[in-house]
Amino acid sequence: MPRINSPEELEKVRQEILQKGTTCGKASPRSCISICAGAGCLASGAGEVIAAFKAELEKQGLKNEVNAKGTGCPGFCERGPVLVIYPEEICYLQVKPEDVPEIVSQTIKGKKVVDRLLYVDPATGEKAIHESDIPFYKHQERSILGSNIMIDPKSIEDYLAIDGYSALSKALFRMTPEQVLEEIKKSNLRGRGGGGFPAGRKWEGSRNAPDPVKYVIVNADEGDPGAFMDRALLEGNPHSILEGLMIGAYAIGAREGYVYVRQEYPLAVENLNIALKQAEAYGFLGKNILGSGFDFTVKVHQGAGAFVCGESTALMTALEGRAGEPRPKYVRSNIVGLWGKPTVLNNVETWANVPLIINKGADWFTQFGTEGSKGTKIFSLVGKITNTGLVEVPMGITLKDIIYKIGGGIPGGKRFKAVQTGGPSGGCIPEKLLDLEVGYDELTRAGSMMGSGGMIVMDEDTCMVDVARYFLNFLIDESCGKCTPCREGMRQMLKILNNITEGKGSEGDIGLLEELCETAVDASLCALGKSAPNPLLSTLRYFREEYEAHIREKRCPALSCKELIAYHIDPDKCRACMICLKQCPAEAVIGGKDRIHVIDQQKCTKCGTCLEVCPSRFGAVRKISGEPVPAPIPEDARTIVRKSKEK
Amino acid sequence: MSEILLRIDGKEVKATEGVTVLEAARSAGIAIPTLCHHEKLEPYGGCRICIVEVDVRGGTQIVVSCVYPVEKNLVVRTRSEKIDRLRKMILELFLAHAPDAFALQDLAKAYGADRDRFEKESSFCIHCGLCVRYCAEVKKKNAVGFIDRGTRREISFIPEIASKECWDCKECFPLCPTEALQAAFVWAKTLFRT
Repeated sequence: MPRINSPEELEKVRQEILQKGTTCGKASPRSCISICAGAGCLASGAGEVIAAFKAELEKQGLKNEVNAKGTGCPGFCERGPVLVIYPEEICYLQVKPEDVPEIVSQTIKGKKVVDRLLYVDPATGEKAIHESDIPFYKHQERSILGSNIMIDPKSIEDYLAIDGYSALSKALFRMTPEQVLEEIKKSNLRGRGGGGFPAGRKWEGSRNAPDPVKYVIVNADEGDPGAFMDRALLEGNPHSILEGLMIGAYAIGAREGYVYVRQEYPLAVENLNIALKQAEAYGFLGKNILGSGFDFTVKVHQGAGAFVCGESTALMTALEGRAGEPRPKYVRSNIVGLWGKPTVLNNVETWANVPLIINKGADWFTQFGTEGSKGTKIFSLVGKITNTGLVEVPMGITLKDIIYKIGGGIPGGKRFKAVQTGGPSGGCIPEKLLDLEVGYDELTRAGSMMGSGGMIVMDEDTCMVDVARYFLNFLIDESCGKCTPCREGMRQMLKILNNITEGKGSEGDIGLLEELCETAVDASLCALGKSAPNPLLSTLRYFREEYEAHIREKRCPALSCKELIAYHIDPDKCRACMICLKQCPAEAVIGGKDRIHVIDQQKCTKCGTCLEVCPSRFGAVRKISGEPVPAPIPEDARTIVRKSKEK
Repeated sequence: MSEILLRIDGKEVKATEGVTVLEAARSAGIAIPTLCHHEKLEPYGGCRICIVEVDVRGGTQIVVSCVYPVEKNLVVRTRSEKIDRLRKMILELFLAHAPDAFALQDLAKAYGADRDRFEKESSFCIHCGLCVRYCAEVKKKNAVGFIDRGTRREISFIPEIASKECWDCKECFPLCPTEALQAAFVWAKTLFRT
């Protein structure tokens, strides 16, 4: 492919690609089968499905009339592999290779829908044919994620077919750097990585810094447990991130950019590198981009997996080749950053928003959202939720709508307890605050934070003390260990929490925890330490009674902390069926045929197998906490006399 | 570099632009406790004992004085109820590791820190990094460094370098606020193993 040397040439190339018909989406003259090839769907067999489609199209002689391709992730991971057939936008879920011949002959040739692969609404039983009819998608606003299913991330042609690089062309030829900056400022785009700092102000600081050498960086060091928003964009639409980065570089006057991406995302690294090569070949990177005179190059740097390297100054230190440790930000990194130069670092999702704002304008962007938070935000919805996956919602949507309308509520008839937002250093929000509108300031006021967009839903079986302990345990390994309040404070907090969950808590523990939190919040060096107490503080704020029950009554209200629970077989309900006796891995169930079973509490490892296997018509096993285990019934009272035998 | 005026603990202090609040305070005879600070080394901001309150942008912020640069008309308070409380906690956290260090005991007395507040884990090291940074920045040898991260972080001598460089130097030993015990101990142990 020859270099593109002007905006006119770019449009010509775009038209040629569209006429060739190899791309997907409504604009394509051919039918197209888009199969999600994101990490989640690949794990559930999307690779085989894609191969089966290619073979089947060949077999049925449709190879040149219908496209089939692996695309970026549309988000509905719960029901993968997911596919969409264009131009009708028919959406099939949980597709297996054996479904492929039927889809080709029925839907592609016969224009008939294969009913059993459609989404069925569990509440109404209604089937949804189109992607946009499925409740999971219907309540979303997918400005960024929406393109994923239309493009093969390894093909720049696919990106160009959906107007890719038109924002870059517009910025370079129809806008001055100042105008680009103004548009971003007007959009009030705030950092999607967690901090929520206004991108425009960050850019302006760098632009105005006197040093002529400046850098732009994509922070793709996504490290929150359970979060995969950036991954889906990197894997699914890498060009959109690069285009945003190029526009940012143009606005602030940078000539070099970096993408700092986790090594644990091999597909993201692969797709990014392919995208970079293609962008260079087409003339979107390198010298004299599109003939504009603007030069810009990008390098990919793979991180070694330290969570703290997602912190901007630690990331820059790591990029310079040193151990990733944060430095105090009294002089901001947009003034003194990478190698001491003004550096704009933004998250993957922030950069991906930039081309949209340039193309559609700040006014389009600000129509979504609350007073302080504009646009959309991608969340990874995980935990005890029916529809696990990635969701992109307008800012200002309530947590309730995300969890119930999009997420489909809590599975298994369980009751909602809390939602943890903002990653390991976010907070837990209780049921009474479910009407909270999602936004940076709103979440912070509730004791949590936006973070990068992790959203972990918890049900009634979750112990909130254990949740706080879990996240601290994560952070204690991921803290860099440089400053005292974070390293030593968390060490002590974790000890106390371990004690509480093991029934060794004492009066005064809560006060001491609060004091340790205060020290970490006020005196830590970086945001990791300052926000590390959030899970602890928010659970103390909303679920204090659970802490008190653990400490005072040695009781775990969620019946989850192993040291505080016991399993007991109700002698009146046990029918001596021998199931639990046989299944118990610790051989802790004493009994026999026609002998009521009793759990040997000394041997019991509290694995819960007996409760799981006890037939529901008996329901003889129960979990207890905070009360003494009833004494086993006497040996001579354990024999069951069966009614049938009495007769 | 121009001279600027700022206010520390109610006292007007003259300082050169670019210096830290700590340097400005000390030049005016105002004491701020430090543990990881050393004049020959780059500011580190690790121990956090030198925290002070500054009034910026209409609010009060807690910053480390060993890194925070002076600003024109900046108002600094080196002690307050809050600062004292935070310093006390930081000292108590240190005392779990080095309960008998003189430098810590003096400060503990001043801030009412309880040496037995937390269970003892006597590793001696308080991670001030003086030995590590002195060896890297002044001696340019990098014979000692930090390994691992989070609560598992510790100082460690690199045997290949230490066995050549350390015998005739040992300049890091007296820098250690916990009486060089840890540095000597780790160093010796490393060499014995090789």
